[in-house]
Amino acid sequence: MYVAVKGGEAAILATHDLVAEERRGDVSVPELSVAQIREQMQLAVARVMNEGSLYDEDLSALALKQAQGDMIEAAFLMRAYRTTLPRFGSSVPLDTSNMAIRRRISATYKDLPGGQVLGPTYDYTHRLFDFALMASGEAPEAQTSADRLDAAMPRVPDILGDEGLMEAELPPEGDPRPFDLTRDPIEFPADRDVRLQTLARGDEGFLLGLAYSVQRGFGGNHPFAGEIRLGEVAVEFVPEELGFAVDLGDITLTECQMVNQFQGSKDQPPQFTRGYGLSFGHAERKAMSMAILDRSLKAREFGEAADYPAQQEEFVLYHADNVEASGFVEHLKLPHYVDFQGELELLRKIRREQEERAATMKEAAE
Amino acid sequence: MNTPHHDPDYNFGYLDEQTKRMVRRALLKAIAIPGYQVPFGSREMPLARGWGTGGIQITAALIGPADTLKVIDQGADDTTNAVSIRRFFERVSGVATTELTEDATIIQTRHRIPEKPLEAGQILVYQVPQPEPLRKLEPSEAETRKMHAWAEYGGMYVRLYEDIARYGHVATTYSYPVLVNGRYVMSPTPIPKFDNPKMDDMPALQLFGAGREKRIYAIPPYTSVKSLDFEDHPFTVQSWTEPCALCAANDSYLDEVITDDRGGRMFVCSDSSYCEDRRAKGHVGKELATAEALAYVGHVEGGSDVA
Amino acid sequence: MTQSVATHLASGLADPVFGSQTVFRTLLDALSAPGKVFTLADDLAGAPAGLPAAAASILLTLADYETPVWLPEGYDETRRWLAFHSGAPVASSKTNAKFALMDAASPDTHLGAFNLGEDRYPDTSTTVIIVCEALSGGSPQTLRGPGIQTTTTFAPLGVHPSFWDEIAENNALFPLGVDLIFVAGSAIAGLPRTTQIAGA
Repeated sequence: MYVAVKGGEAAILATHDLVAEERRGDVSVPELSVAQIREQMQLAVARVMNEGSLYDEDLSALALKQAQGDMIEAAFLMRAYRTTLPRFGSSVPLDTSNMAIRRRISATYKDLPGGQVLGPTYDYTHRLFDFALMASGEAPEAQTSADRLDAAMPRVPDILGDEGLMEAELPPEGDPRPFDLTRDPIEFPADRDVRLQTLARGDEGFLLGLAYSVQRGFGGNHPFAGEIRLGEVAVEFVPEELGFAVDLGDITLTECQMVNQFQGSKDQPPQFTRGYGLSFGHAERKAMSMAILDRSLKAREFGEAADYPAQQEEFVLYHADNVEASGFVEHLKLPHYVDFQGELELLRKIRREQEERAATMKEAAE
Repeated sequence: MNTPHHDPDYNFGYLDEQTKRMVRRALLKAIAIPGYQVPFGSREMPLARGWGTGGIQITAALIGPADTLKVIDQGADDTTNAVSIRRFFERVSGVATTELTEDATIIQTRHRIPEKPLEAGQILVYQVPQPEPLRKLEPSEAETRKMHAWAEYGGMYVRLYEDIARYGHVATTYSYPVLVNGRYVMSPTPIPKFDNPKMDDMPALQLFGAGREKRIYAIPPYTSVKSLDFEDHPFTVQSWTEPCALCAANDSYLDEVITDDRGGRMFVCSDSSYCEDRRAKGHVGKELATAEALAYVGHVEGGSDVA
Repeated sequence: MTQSVATHLASGLADPVFGSQTVFRTLLDALSAPGKVFTLADDLAGAPAGLPAAAASILLTLADYETPVWLPEGYDETRRWLAFHSGAPVASSKTNAKFALMDAASPDTHLGAFNLGEDRYPDTSTTVIIVCEALSGGSPQTLRGPGIQTTTTFAPLGVHPSFWDEIAENNALFPLGVDLIFVAGSAIAGLPRTTQIAGA
């Protein structure tokens, strides 16, 4: 008898081997260790933690290694692993006012309590290749001020808030447990917790492009970088059986608060409005983009016309997720020949009918 | 009951029990409201979004040691993603798998309904890329949800009629919208419209999972499923002028296979199991020998059950 | 009493993974074939007094911390047992309930008091488990609707006469409405909101 030739399974297994071979590259070059990636590719590690929605530097480094540096594939690995983890509960809200600060800048004040702390930043590097890095060289030890940073470093929006000029950040009525994007489907209109969570795991490039569109004119807001801070924050958890908070350790966070002008409305006097961004690790571009979009997505609350893409929550929230987006775009690689055959059949039929009609008309004319 | 061997690093069926409960609750509500899209807390799966994660989550919530699973893509058991999904379930559930439609208790599918009529007790699980039949008319979910709530389907008929005015035919050949139980307009997923009539009054249970869009919907057995049409332009399905080149079937959906670079082509059953079954029963298509020469099918001496 | 509570607290589904899977599949069958009586496999290691085994199995299979359950008076032991095994909170009212238990013979048959869902999200309605004496031997009702090829007969015993009118009213609300699961001992039958009572 005849059977269909089936090579599918063998071919799939072979692709796994080919990937492993490509990943390793030239075996005469030493293999990367996960620790090397974790320590020396920190910004990539942070991005994968953000888009993978999981704070684990080792796993993020492993994901980058396994994915050959493909950020989205690495984030996907983190997400799939995250699903299988048991969940013990929610931490106590993190207090970024108690951050152990390594960098803190404000664009809205020349100086402020705690001062401007530049910290590690590429901002004032000249983008010239450092060929010394091509050879292996020891990193220079940073010369930092011997003075300790001020213990008190108030957040800029809090300073404005004390003056009554800043939109208050109030928990929703009854302070309910926040929505969990990873366990519940989004409904529209979406509340701010849903929006912030989506932005937090959203693709940095997508968020950046949209934030840029707001600045260039496809948006009504004019953001000021009120403050950007980077440092370590303690994560605390209250186990049900203990009833008091236990310190789980510190995580590195980047927080950005954008200050935007608001003309006021019937109910509210003119004041500044807030755009908030928070990301794992050192990820300023992400936190800033997020903060701009948090503000633009408040259009509904402030009664602003949502004329621009960055103000349209369905557009922004549904399309920010790069793991979902790449899955759907790349699924076009899967066979679609059944549906394509349907289209072919219809197209041929329409053409045939048109030719027949043309022929009939020609005959009639002759 | 024998517990099949599955990867001990994961719960049986991969999903944790809480997630299974969530999916199961959504499934029961979906059956109670035929054709309505139930939002569910779709999880991140180890397979990519758009590659069947909705169907996979449904199957994972259904599957048990007594099940026999069949997975098809484009009607065929041997397409790459069908192979990949079947391997996933072999690993995480260890249940028996089959290529024979009649032997399966659960059939997970992408883009086709098997040719062999399904029976009561079987479950057909569809992988759904876009669950919203109105999405091309209205991009906003907030709006389409209202349209379903109030059964505002006029715009859908207008769109179909515009096609007729322009082309003489409804230009939708797959994902052809249906009205379920006289109430909800539903997307039958990108199955070719050829398969739409099979959905009507089907004795088997039909479940639909859209992982990325986080929706589950269902058609209970023996439920009315009508393809949208007009009195003067009744719904029709695809037809071919020749039978299957391999098994001579003239009642199945055919795929076109290009055989050379001079316009040579043959048409073969998309449902590979159906085609093989017919050939095993002695049906011979006109171009079976050509297909063998092209290594599209192989010739096995005397064998009757070769995978 | 203390011992009885302890015993019940210690017993749920004998096998949480495979037990709940078989219970779920039977539920799926039951809602896919309204009015047809199915028997649940005996996977239950124990249930509180007064709670039919089928109701216990269904709650253990479907309820958890995300689904408030409404129980009528007299089900205190069930309440403790359910909290222990499923973590399901007690619903503060019928309208907050994802699942509810109801005695078929009770004169308070008003289904409209439960959550009926809303027009954009009719799936948010309550699923009500109806405790009967038996699922046969009562006054026969002719059913039709999705899942039923032509018509079928369903005759649960010990159902308050006004209940069938309530079910007909519930059906008239479609796509809103509650979904019902009738139980007696280890027998179950589904009656989703789509099922019509012929002649009603």
